[in-house]
Amino acid sequence: MEAEKKHISKRILSRTESLVEVRKFVDGAARKFGFPEEDIANIILAVDEACTNIIKHAYQYAVDQEIEIIIFPSTRSFEIRIYDNGKSFNPSLIRPPELKDHLGHKRRGGLGVYLMKRLMDKVEYNFIPGKRNEVRLVKYRSDVSTVTRR
Amino acid sequence: MTDFKIHHRDGDGVSIIELKGYLDAHTAPDLETAFQKLLNEKKYNVVVNCRDLSYISSAGLGVFMAYVEDIRKNMGDIKLTNMSSKVYNVFDLLGFPLLYEIFKDEQEAVSRFKEIKK
Repeated sequence: MEAEKKHISKRILSRTESLVEVRKFVDGAARKFGFPEEDIANIILAVDEACTNIIKHAYQYAVDQEIEIIIFPSTRSFEIRIYDNGKSFNPSLIRPPELKDHLGHKRRGGLGVYLMKRLMDKVEYNFIPGKRNEVRLVKYRSDVSTVTRR
Repeated sequence: MTDFKIHHRDGDGVSIIELKGYLDAHTAPDLETAFQKLLNEKKYNVVVNCRDLSYISSAGLGVFMAYVEDIRKNMGDIKLTNMSSKVYNVFDLLGFPLLYEIFKDEQEAVSRFKEIKK
């Protein structure tokens, strides 16, 4: 078993203003981990999308709820776990985006989940009924991701 | 505070929208307001210059999707220009280059509107 380095965490309020803080927090951690610029940008965007979904769907724009972000850097991977206590979100109900369906229909849902899956190596949703929701996002170091994907 | 600014200028029958900073779920409503204003003013030839756009998330992309059809129904279009590779990458992941004309340079996009007019 690979020993995990010390995790770092941040709590934010469920409002879109908080996204700046989220990006700053993830940027610092991903940079420290040694990811190249492109990976850093992708991870920041994926976490922004996950938090945006929580603000919109789990908390339905209630601005005083809490979102907790915990980052577990290890030798091979960089894992972000995001927790909320809002309404459970079932990503399997989100259809892959048919871009043409979005045109003019103000149908925005689904783009974020699709992006997260494209930007990260692993996206997982877990629900602890009556307790909290968890999203796990994982990015492998590029030199090991080719091995992992084989 | 999220750093995002929209600057609007008109010229030659084309409206130029310049975006600066971070376009996310917090700032996307500002872009919606800008597009709605263009529709209200019946300005349907729109070039969005992304030269100073540092960041875009799906909330920002959703705004382009929501307004382009109304603009095209009125024989106009939204054309995008001057994107950094980082911003282009996000547009590309969602297949935007199939739905929108994206130009390297603002002037190229303005000229395209003039060609169509002829």
